[in-house]
Amino acid sequence: MNLTIFLLALFDGIAYAALVFSVAVGLTLIFGVMRILNVAHGSLYAVGAYLTATLTGYVLALGFAPLLAFPLMIVSAVLVGVLLGGPIEWLLLRRIYNKPEVLQLLVTFAVFMILEDVQRLVWGTQPYFQASALQALGMVKVFGVNYTVYQLILLPLLALTLLVGLRFFLRHTILGKLILATTEDREAAQSIGIDADKVFLVTFIVGAALAGLGGALASPTTSILPGMGADMIVLSFAVVATAGLGQIEGAAFTALLIGLGRSFAVYVWPETAVLVPYLIMLIVLLVRPEGLFGSPTARKI
Amino acid sequence: MTFRLAIPALLVLAVAAIPFAAPQLQLLMNLALAKGIAVVGVTVLLRAGQVSFGHALYFAIAAYAAAFLSASMPGADLVLVLVVAVAGAVLSGIIVGLFVVRYRGIFFGMLNLAFSMIFWSILEKFYHYTGGADGIRLPRPTVFGMALERGPFELIMFYLSVALVLLLGWFTMRWFASPAGQIFQTIKTNETRLQYLGVSPQRALLSGYILSAALCGTGGVIMGIVQGVVTPEFAWWIRSGEMVFIAVLGGAGSVAGAFVGAVIYETIRTYASAFAGDVWQMVLGGFLLVIILFAPKGVIGIYDAALARLTGKGRSE
Repeated sequence: MNLTIFLLALFDGIAYAALVFSVAVGLTLIFGVMRILNVAHGSLYAVGAYLTATLTGYVLALGFAPLLAFPLMIVSAVLVGVLLGGPIEWLLLRRIYNKPEVLQLLVTFAVFMILEDVQRLVWGTQPYFQASALQALGMVKVFGVNYTVYQLILLPLLALTLLVGLRFFLRHTILGKLILATTEDREAAQSIGIDADKVFLVTFIVGAALAGLGGALASPTTSILPGMGADMIVLSFAVVATAGLGQIEGAAFTALLIGLGRSFAVYVWPETAVLVPYLIMLIVLLVRPEGLFGSPTARKI
Repeated sequence: MTFRLAIPALLVLAVAAIPFAAPQLQLLMNLALAKGIAVVGVTVLLRAGQVSFGHALYFAIAAYAAAFLSASMPGADLVLVLVVAVAGAVLSGIIVGLFVVRYRGIFFGMLNLAFSMIFWSILEKFYHYTGGADGIRLPRPTVFGMALERGPFELIMFYLSVALVLLLGWFTMRWFASPAGQIFQTIKTNETRLQYLGVSPQRALLSGYILSAALCGTGGVIMGIVQGVVTPEFAWWIRSGEMVFIAVLGGAGSVAGAFVGAVIYETIRTYASAFAGDVWQMVLGGFLLVIILFAPKGVIGIYDAALARLTGKGRSE
């Protein structure tokens, strides 16, 4: 492996990790607060990608500058959060908080199945390409390797902003503190007057918007086609479980670990690229059952 | 009490009459029965309060074991194929089980998912050996040395499936009632108590896990033989999710429910994809939501309630 290939693998890994992180962080946030593993998260990611591609294509066709693709990503993410995330929590999840874990998982699985067909109905089965955001930023040359600014600089920067921003939001704003308090002990939080229902709703909307943002950010770098949500959800499961459920900083680290592992596998032994994330997850969970950053739960007797 | 026994008996007879009364349903019903056997495997784990999101692994391992055996030994006997395939599932169930029985809840589900996804990507990517996404053919095995035509062979497979459903269903219910099965189900209600009794919950869970792997394997090999081809899709996580779905649809924890659920599921799937090809997943998803929100005990729960009303008595388990 020479330097060029090493750098390419490194950059691929970082760019990919940034995308996976923005999806996984939403998943882990929702799990941390609501104790629900949201299978439909992958669909929200896919819808975010489709929506961005469609909106960008539409706006560019009207003759606006390609730079407008960036605000449209945020618009798509917010739309996914509010129009899909909101109703899912409000109409479905709210009814099953006291039901067994299996049923909660299955409700989100049902939503996943429904949303998969919704995508097919709205956007068809033909792949979409919309790389104007990628092209708008051009290329950069690092140690003789040409790489897109979008993937090498913007994506990691956004992921970092997301990480720091989320940390700030949870620790230093009132709403964030309410969310943390509810996570810690729902009953105690309610008894001091926190509206837990509202907190759950906000969390789910934020989490769903993060999934949509992941899709929006991914849309210029890949062809958007049916099934992309199913692939992404198992991968972000792997990231979230490896990090320890509910661990936001941990998710950033494992996203990087898994992203790099995958991209180096692509260059060294391509057949194993799909396998590597699960192998990493398996090894980590066998050694540390609660994930890399999770802490063992106290046993209640 | 007579109702309670009469209706299932009538249903079994109705299923057994399908090849003559409604031959066009025979294949559909055979696939549903195969899937039903696999779903019983998932149901077993649900009894211990554990959800596996990767049991399609054993489904696929058995099917591929059968395909590899038939490829290396053309004209292998049906019995041999079945035994080897299920042995493959059991063996991998022991190996994977030794790892995963230390975990509970979400982590148990996720680890199973990881194992099945690893197997799936091996099947998908190492296409020199596995045929990649197209899968490999599973030629029709001989039956007691006779090479049969398609019609009689399918008939034999159908009745074999019905027999296996009855046999394995009966066995699983007996197992639930046995001391080993009772200890296994205590993992759901009170695992700590098991430890105080000096019983290893890990070992108890492992015994059930192996049973569930064997059941999933049996379902997988029947599915493979009936379809004549095995593909990586057998191990895909959505297949695993489907099995959990069917288990809950039928009635979480009920053996009979697994089969009823599988028949309902396959029927909806087949007709929805024929008449509403674009929205069949949506139809199934909506159906699942309705069941969970309004009838969380599944079809068997509805049946029990209806029966209780009919006989005017309280529900008896």
